[in-house]
Amino acid sequence: MTRIPGREAIGKKGWLRAHKWLLLRRSSQLGLLLAFALGPWLGIWIVRGTLTSSLTLDRLPLTDPFFLLQSLAAGHLPYREALIGAGIVLAFYLLVGGRVYCSWVCPMNIVTDTAAWLRRRLNLQSARAPSPSTRYWLLGAILVASLASGTLAWEWINPVSLLHRGLLFGLGAAWAIVLGVFLYDLLIATKGWCGHLCPMGATYSLLNLTGVPKVSALRRAACDDCLDCYAVCPEPQIIRPALKGDGSAIVSSLNCTHCGRCIDVCAQDVFQMTTRFHHRRVGHEQGTDPIADRLDCGTARPVH
Amino acid sequence: MSDPGTTLPEAGDALRASAARRRFLVQVAAAGGAALVGIGLGAYARQARARPAFAVRPPGALAEPAFLAACVRCGLCVRACPYDTLKLSAFGDGVAPGTPYFEPRRVPCEMCPDIPCVKACPTGALDRGLEDIARASMGLAVLIDHETCLNFNGLRCDVCYRICPLIDKAITLDMQRNARTGKHAMFIPVVHSDACTGCGKCERACVLETAAIKVLPIQQAKGELGRHYRLGWEEKAKAGKSLLPQEVLELPVRRPGGGS
Repeated sequence: MTRIPGREAIGKKGWLRAHKWLLLRRSSQLGLLLAFALGPWLGIWIVRGTLTSSLTLDRLPLTDPFFLLQSLAAGHLPYREALIGAGIVLAFYLLVGGRVYCSWVCPMNIVTDTAAWLRRRLNLQSARAPSPSTRYWLLGAILVASLASGTLAWEWINPVSLLHRGLLFGLGAAWAIVLGVFLYDLLIATKGWCGHLCPMGATYSLLNLTGVPKVSALRRAACDDCLDCYAVCPEPQIIRPALKGDGSAIVSSLNCTHCGRCIDVCAQDVFQMTTRFHHRRVGHEQGTDPIADRLDCGTARPVH
Repeated sequence: MSDPGTTLPEAGDALRASAARRRFLVQVAAAGGAALVGIGLGAYARQARARPAFAVRPPGALAEPAFLAACVRCGLCVRACPYDTLKLSAFGDGVAPGTPYFEPRRVPCEMCPDIPCVKACPTGALDRGLEDIARASMGLAVLIDHETCLNFNGLRCDVCYRICPLIDKAITLDMQRNARTGKHAMFIPVVHSDACTGCGKCERACVLETAAIKVLPIQQAKGELGRHYRLGWEEKAKAGKSLLPQEVLELPVRRPGGGS
């Protein structure tokens, strides 16, 4: 009988507490989708447009920096409106942590979470995932391709925007791409899309440098090595330094999506959502924490 | 690795070196894969950039290559369109995914005087320099099929002419002799590219099963004179007199029989 991650936590903390962050995230994801959909569905226009670029309450412009980046690379300097919109989004994610987008906003997260869940349930084993840093290479390649082709290169196939836009404007054949990502995550690579390939996530990882909220393994002494957190974490390589290292208990990796699922599934309540300044009060010694470690690239890490 | 001849620290070094090599190779694979995707996307984008002729861009749209660099695929223009004219291309529609277009035969552009779609665009893919909708050039109507057009058959359909928001400017009727009957007139609709906005109301209204008049992308519809080319009668009108010295045109008169 394989261990089902989170089962112990449900027994100990109750179903609701063992799903607290998951429920909050799903509310956030679906709530945002609803805010966009109320207009076309019911004629209640709170937000117009899509996550790419939107206008809230006919006032607040928001633009996704990843799209703006591609557009700039393709050779277009947009109107001030889009630049201000991207500035606001940039400031927000620099404050809360870039990859909050991935786990609290992105509609694809529900798809890949479902794939990961099903994979655990079916006990599928295969480890053909590319390096987690592939996404950064891909981001670079996309910007070069945008420059070379004069178009927003990733937008020909971007599953994230195709899904979000599809839900609001009509899916077309985009379901095939979304299904492709689902099957890739289910059958080929664990957490393959969000954790290894998505260049949008890579962009938001770079914005993860300054975010204030951070997951911390504050009670790491209580860890009983059940590995449930590793099983549910979309970026499992990031937990170890905080949980098992001697340094800071803060999960400081740029790839942490702040999904809080590790907090949910831990029966020992090892993890908590804290701020990045929390470790001073806990009294942990400062860890050596070079950027390369935080990117989980591995290349720049000293070998000795 | 576990060769008894090597001392422990040496074995450790070898292990670490092999781990470093492995990490390096994984990065090379990741970079190589990403580069391949980039090249594939770039190539695909170049090929898919061509917009199918049935799709017309909203008013104020930059020329197609610049438009594809500027449009962030947000759909704000589509939401701003009060007539459900504009659609956002879905994956597989044949138009760059997420970009706005309309099909005139389905729903033409109603040419709103306040041009809300252009105002809604946050990036300038739809150029706010367009302030008068009558100066839009979304495409160019072309009476493409003379064989089925009722007016070309000597009938008085005139629907495209009458529905045109710029009647007598963008479409005029040109009276010609009907050679078939020998005693009637034909009223040929003529589109004038300097006035036509490409709104597509004519294509929508054409009474045929398939429209004989269609809005085409301007670069496909329009010819261009050589830059050196001058039309003699225009130059003459401009100058107010013939520009040719009289003697140049003193040609010998050749008639059958040699008489003059």
